[in-house]
Amino acid sequence: METFIQQLFNGLTVGSIYALVALGYTMVYGILGLINFAHGDVVMIGAMVALSVTRPLVGVLPGPLVLLIGLVVAAVTCMLLGFTIERVAYRPLRKAPRLAPLITAIGISIVLQQLAMIIWGRGYHPVPTLLPGGMHDLLGAQINDLQLLIIATAAVTMVALMLLVNRTRLGRAMRATAENPEIAALMGVNINRVISATFVIGSALAALAGVMVSSHYGIAHYSMGFMLGLKAFTAAVLGGIGNLGGAMLGGILLGVIEALGAGYIGDLTGGVFGSNYQDVFAFIVLIVVLVFRPSGLMGERVSERA
Amino acid sequence: MALLEVNNLEVHYGGIAAVKGISFSVEAGEIVCLIGANGAGKTSTLKALARLLPIKGDIRYGGESLDKLPSHALVSRGLALVPEGRGVFARLSVAENLDMGAYHRSDNGIAADLQRMYELLPRLKEREGQLAGTLSGGEQQMLAIGRALMGRPKLLLLDEPSMGLAPLMVQKIFDVIRDVAAQGVTILLVEQNARLALDVCSRGYVMESGRITIADSATALAADPRVRAAYLGE
Ligand SMILES: Nc1ncnc2c1ncn2[C@@H]1O[C@H](COP(=O)(O)OP(=O)(O)O)[C@@H](O)[C@H]1O
Ligand SMILES: [Mg+2]
Repeated sequence: METFIQQLFNGLTVGSIYALVALGYTMVYGILGLINFAHGDVVMIGAMVALSVTRPLVGVLPGPLVLLIGLVVAAVTCMLLGFTIERVAYRPLRKAPRLAPLITAIGISIVLQQLAMIIWGRGYHPVPTLLPGGMHDLLGAQINDLQLLIIATAAVTMVALMLLVNRTRLGRAMRATAENPEIAALMGVNINRVISATFVIGSALAALAGVMVSSHYGIAHYSMGFMLGLKAFTAAVLGGIGNLGGAMLGGILLGVIEALGAGYIGDLTGGVFGSNYQDVFAFIVLIVVLVFRPSGLMGERVSERA
Repeated sequence: MALLEVNNLEVHYGGIAAVKGISFSVEAGEIVCLIGANGAGKTSTLKALARLLPIKGDIRYGGESLDKLPSHALVSRGLALVPEGRGVFARLSVAENLDMGAYHRSDNGIAADLQRMYELLPRLKEREGQLAGTLSGGEQQMLAIGRALMGRPKLLLLDEPSMGLAPLMVQKIFDVIRDVAAQGVTILLVEQNARLALDVCSRGYVMESGRITIADSATALAADPRVRAAYLGE
């Protein structure tokens, strides 16, 4: 039982991070019908920039403040990066066959990784602990400040995003553009701006996720965005790509299932497979769900927009 | 000078010419109709006016060439299109659709206009919170017109508002169109249903395979044997 609660919290932590990244995939897909394969690498850039900013400040300023500064700089950098990626790699191909932006997406992903490797090297960077690190006993499980902060921040961010999308003028324009860009334009919506805003918002979430994930695991690496991006994409598809609620649900579900799977796989297989097989769970879950619900848990439409 | 002046407009889809150099004009305050069979190029003409298609030729609206303007700059100049097939945002509520119509506005008359719209189209008031996708075809058409009116258009382009609707609903839609025109909105109406169109408009153009073949007053068109044979089923 204690393992269960413990793994549930660990899963919730990681799942919150998946959810934030998944939102970026799903928002872009919703509005452009495009899978932004470079999104995972934007998360990585967020983590790396935050690390570079915070390291010299450790011990100079209080930890939480350092964390906040790192986060803000990472967010601004990623927002600029997301804006630029859309401008350079996707906008010129808006009317091109679907395969073309997919290729540029992969290209951008490679460019970002190589760039990160040049700037930060091939090594694994330890990420300084910036929070007090107190442990709390919750229902028999140990949960630290950072985990609580990650879960709470992700929750607040997701509520804010839902309000933005459902209650504001920009959000309404985003939904209208996702549904029919031509008609949205006729209403006076500058769809290029709305699309830029979508990338910028998604990239801010990516930066937040990058800081969270590197702090949580205590490590950052130039290729960390690949697996994380793949899993978050899986989460988005699991929830129903294009659907914001689905991305949140998919992310959290994936995190929890993975953590529980990792916690129990040893017992279940008599020690043949260890917790190092946890990555496999994400994809098993995806396959199982897609067999029964091809449009994902909360997705309505099976067909793609024409 | 006419509110809308079109000269030698051409629309091509790849190698196919859909509109082959047409010229026409609409004066402020008029209801002008463009009638023609399916595939004549009516929708392409309206889409060209809304800057949704690349064109050749010259379109002047209020004396200004539309050449350099993107689609999203038109509505604030008073040019609105109610597209073929209505084009309501199915996953937005009725109220949100109407709000989208006023997207470009920042004046404080929006709430009052919304009330007026609900008076003009009471069916929409009842369905205010419903997703537009759940409305009937006729209600969607009303919503599409209401949404365009929320932008306070000077020139309203209507693309086959009667399409696919039951006769009673068509009647209602055309009553609304008359109301709107009576309030001083200039209308360019595209219809396959020539009888309906000639009934509300003062002037009309007949379009056939990308060309305007006849231009006359509505009464003259209704009496023209060619029109009677081809479009009025006589
Ligand atoms: N997107 C398109 N691609 C290629 N051809 C098109 C397209 N849209 C319309 N056409 C062609 O252009 C011609 C005019 O179509 P349209 O403007 O829709 O006519 P109407 O509205 O009068 O029925 C038709 O022959 C039609 O097949
Ligand atoms: Mg048509």
